[in-house]
Amino acid sequence: MTATLALGDDALVLSHRLGEWAGHAPVLEEEVALANIALDLLGQARLLLSMAGDEDELAYLREERAFRNVQLVEQPNGDFAHTITRQLYFSAYQRPLYEQLASGGSAFAGLAAKAVKEVAYHQDHAEHWTLRLGDGTDESHDRMQRGVDALWRFTGELFEPVEGLEIDWRSLRSDWLESVSAVLDRATLTLPAGPQSGAWTAGAGRQGIHTEPFGRMIAEMQHLHRSHPGASW
Amino acid sequence: MVTETLLEEELHRLAGSVPDPELPVLTLDELGVLRGVDVLAPGKVTVRLTPTYTGCPAIEAMSADIERVLHDHGIPEVSVVKVLSPAWSTDDISAEGRRKLAEFGIAPPRPHDVTAPAGGPVPLTLSVRCPHCGSTDTELLSRFSSTACKALRRCVTCREPFDHFKEL
Repeated sequence: MTATLALGDDALVLSHRLGEWAGHAPVLEEEVALANIALDLLGQARLLLSMAGDEDELAYLREERAFRNVQLVEQPNGDFAHTITRQLYFSAYQRPLYEQLASGGSAFAGLAAKAVKEVAYHQDHAEHWTLRLGDGTDESHDRMQRGVDALWRFTGELFEPVEGLEIDWRSLRSDWLESVSAVLDRATLTLPAGPQSGAWTAGAGRQGIHTEPFGRMIAEMQHLHRSHPGASW
Repeated sequence: MVTETLLEEELHRLAGSVPDPELPVLTLDELGVLRGVDVLAPGKVTVRLTPTYTGCPAIEAMSADIERVLHDHGIPEVSVVKVLSPAWSTDDISAEGRRKLAEFGIAPPRPHDVTAPAGGPVPLTLSVRCPHCGSTDTELLSRFSSTACKALRRCVTCREPFDHFKEL
């Protein structure tokens, strides 16, 4: 249950954040790309939350403290570079995580084997934009570096072991660091030197402790369902 | 795998002939998403269907269409179950399906390179051919297009944009 909610909430919350770009993306192609990535994540979330119980009740009727997503995915979109950084950090984590789950014998193996192929495209998308913005104009470089620096302190939590997931966390962390460092380097960006988590952040999202913007995000996400219980399309 | 009975074969053919709700030129059989039909008891059938993408909303329309077709064929109890494993791949699209996609203006997915690392985007070894003029000189505009399963490309020769069913 802990593991199912951790994986499912990561996907659900990031999906919702990406959905917030609809109508606001800098170009039409990105509008469509971010919505498609959001849809992939929503598909994962639906399967995972259905494994844990009723998907709608879990998504729309839980209080903030009951969500088990990492704090990284709940961070507001910021500018486009900020969103791309969040995508880079998260997809570089989710891909090797799902690769490990796909080769294991747990209940997540089937879903992970399927989703990892989709996540490979999410990572590819984030890496290309990181290169383009980092090695672009002075302005895009500065904004990308600001995003990379600002979200760095939320990355430590990704490697806090989750009960019920048979993962080699040490190798997950080294895979992540290797791919992220390589992309940042090619993008002429600097890998942040600061800590990957503060005392107040380590593992906190997985324990139900979230950052301030998350409350407002789920208020919006849950508003319709709570105002009109049982409503359907 | 248990061999299908004659009735199961017939129902498989019927369910397989249902057109894809988003790409109506393809049947579900050509798309490779129909995994099997099991007759559990007289008038009671289970259809196994696999999604293309995890979040693909078309699967609900596919299920409803399959149920309708089998009901019309005199099967009162039809349940469509979603199976995830083994994961669907664009290699499951039949040769006829690829031909129809190209004819419809969508560049079909390229076959997977067996030497490529599993799970990653396919290295661009073969060029994607423009479905309008046949030129192989095409460029990627966006990795994501009108649906999750397609990428948006443009032909450098005839300048037309087109969808490419990307490899999965």
